[in-house]
Amino acid sequence: MTLHRKLMLATAFAALAAGAGSAFAQDVTLTIESWRTDDLTVWQDTLIPAFEAANPGIKVVFSPTAPTEYNAALNSKLDGGTAGDLITCRPFDASLDLFKAGRLAPLNDLPGMANFSDVAKSAWTTDDGATTFCVPMAAVIHGYIYNKDAFEQLGIEEPKTEAEFFAALDKIKADGTYIPLAMGTNDQWEAATMGYNNIGPNYWKGEEGRLALIAGTQKLTDEQWVAPYRQLAKWKDYLGDGFEAQTYSDSQNLFTLGRAAIYPAGSWEISGFNANATFGMGAFPPPVQNAGDTCYISDHTDIGIGMNAKTPHPGEARKFLDWVASAEFAGLFANALPGFFALSSAPVTLEDPLAQEFLSWRGECESTIRSTYAILSRGTPNLENDTWNASVQVIKGAETPEDAGARLQAGLDSWYKPGAM
Amino acid sequence: MAIGATDRKPVRWHIGVFLLPAALVYSAIMIIPLAATLYQAFFSKSWSFVGLQNFETLFTDPRLSASFWNALRNNTWFFIIHMLVQNPIGILLAALLSNPRLRLRGFYRTVFFVPTILSFVIVGFVWKLILSPTWGVSQGMLKSAGLGWLFQPWLGKEEYALTALSLISVWQFIGIPMMLIYAALLSIPDEVIEAAECDGITGWSQFWKIQLPLVLPAIGICSVLTFVGNFNAFDLVYAAQGAAAGPNYSTDLLGTLLYRTFFGYQLQLGDRAMGSTIAAVMFLIILTGVCIYLFLVQTRLRRYQF
Repeated sequence: MTLHRKLMLATAFAALAAGAGSAFAQDVTLTIESWRTDDLTVWQDTLIPAFEAANPGIKVVFSPTAPTEYNAALNSKLDGGTAGDLITCRPFDASLDLFKAGRLAPLNDLPGMANFSDVAKSAWTTDDGATTFCVPMAAVIHGYIYNKDAFEQLGIEEPKTEAEFFAALDKIKADGTYIPLAMGTNDQWEAATMGYNNIGPNYWKGEEGRLALIAGTQKLTDEQWVAPYRQLAKWKDYLGDGFEAQTYSDSQNLFTLGRAAIYPAGSWEISGFNANATFGMGAFPPPVQNAGDTCYISDHTDIGIGMNAKTPHPGEARKFLDWVASAEFAGLFANALPGFFALSSAPVTLEDPLAQEFLSWRGECESTIRSTYAILSRGTPNLENDTWNASVQVIKGAETPEDAGARLQAGLDSWYKPGAM
Repeated sequence: MAIGATDRKPVRWHIGVFLLPAALVYSAIMIIPLAATLYQAFFSKSWSFVGLQNFETLFTDPRLSASFWNALRNNTWFFIIHMLVQNPIGILLAALLSNPRLRLRGFYRTVFFVPTILSFVIVGFVWKLILSPTWGVSQGMLKSAGLGWLFQPWLGKEEYALTALSLISVWQFIGIPMMLIYAALLSIPDEVIEAAECDGITGWSQFWKIQLPLVLPAIGICSVLTFVGNFNAFDLVYAAQGAAAGPNYSTDLLGTLLYRTFFGYQLQLGDRAMGSTIAAVMFLIILTGVCIYLFLVQTRLRRYQF
């Protein structure tokens, strides 16, 4: 009898479920492929409800894969025809390859694309600049985060110029309470990402220099590309004892424990620092050479979203992408994830003061992306990885800035022919 | 004829049947991938046959060959440190443990062996913390012994990092030579020792003249295991220094070079053809080393055995 009853119950449930399914059959469900597992709750609780409320009849499912598996999993899903309708785009070559293979649809005619600058679109645009295939979603901005208590105690103002910056570092060092700069060279990438590519755009004038390097009209041996190394070489005296073996997390902890005064940062640190630091924090952009110079910031594109070329619901998918390009999305996204800034040109106000500070630089400075990411890291030796090594060597004093520039240019010349790509 | 038929031994199918599962599993996870890797080394990235061209590139391309020779040199130094430090200390510990007057023998044996069963990730992480100039205990310990001036951020200095890592690896694997040699020492018949004592050979000279020659085969096995392990090493460097094997590639071993080449790293895309080529060269190096041991060393060691 019990078995019989169970069967009947199951049948009843199945009938109910089938009925419920058919009731929503006219709804279109869009699935988003992503590697941002960390953002699952943000999508489920904030972003998707906002979109669904404004667009009845479209359901959205955020379905992330672990970051390390994302590229491979996405490729096999696309090959097998089981990938979602919307694809979160990695910056630069990974997504460009997908577009070239016809996996991603071109999005030039999406109305919302008008909200983005060329820099914002650069990570998902073909080399000739003709076609954009992903809507830029988020960027990280580089600069310095500092300990406000330390600055007040020592009577230091936010430095505007390089001379002021080094004067501040000297003052912190002379006082001895704080390590002036919290950075180590053990993990290598910080020296390039938070060092070279953080301070560099002021020298090579942002996009102007970056594009000239790609076009071959500037070389890494030119003054504007070597000068940032000269500044990095001076950092050595202001780093903590044993910085050679200091790791990324060591630096984070040194700063949040209040033992270091200035942290060369990426904006992604904001939420972690807010949670751990017990003192007030401020931020300033990389100081310029002379007062009044135009400032340039590394506003690096990191996440985009595109449309699967084979989606059965292109109309709905485009509607969603258009919403991602809107100011509403920009505000929701940047507030939910302080430190990841939407790329839309629409003005957005953030509740987090530190994040707002970073974001405000977009109004004062020119944006650019990391010089090594687009096109120049396609071959071997890889310019980005070489830049890690060179930045570390220069900071340690093991290589002169001129030698570093010459070595990188020689490496680049061995496979990159400007204009041939 | 009938007698002959009964005399013939039946085919012993069960041997094959029992071997089959192991042979299948071993082929599937070891032999086939190894053969496929060696095979792939003769093809380009786009799967066209290129003969020995990959090997030529590896040895002649200025950048790639520089990385390769650097990794090989580092790997050799890694091995030399192991041979000079791990095996002598292993022998010493084994000799101490086999001393019949030693108390708490089981305790020491366990303590020395425990690091061997720890994960590389734990060993790498713990030592990184111990040696850290920011939080580590090593600086304070040296200072309290009046040796504070000796402290360096070892893992971050190009000239010390590889030696420091080698010594960490020695610390981790000291248990293996110790156990193998300890077992060999225990298996020496008491008669031999007693005969030596009758001849007036005791103490250290007994160790040098009787015990050490008798454990030489075990030392040989340790050496070859160390050789194979060292030239395959990857995990510790990856755990402690990352795949970029810093500072400035001074801790780059063949294993980390292979990893970066095959799977790619950060923005560098993976190159399976060149990766397979490096893997093939590693295989040849290890094969050569093991052959030298088997045909030149072990045949001579046999003479000391009973």
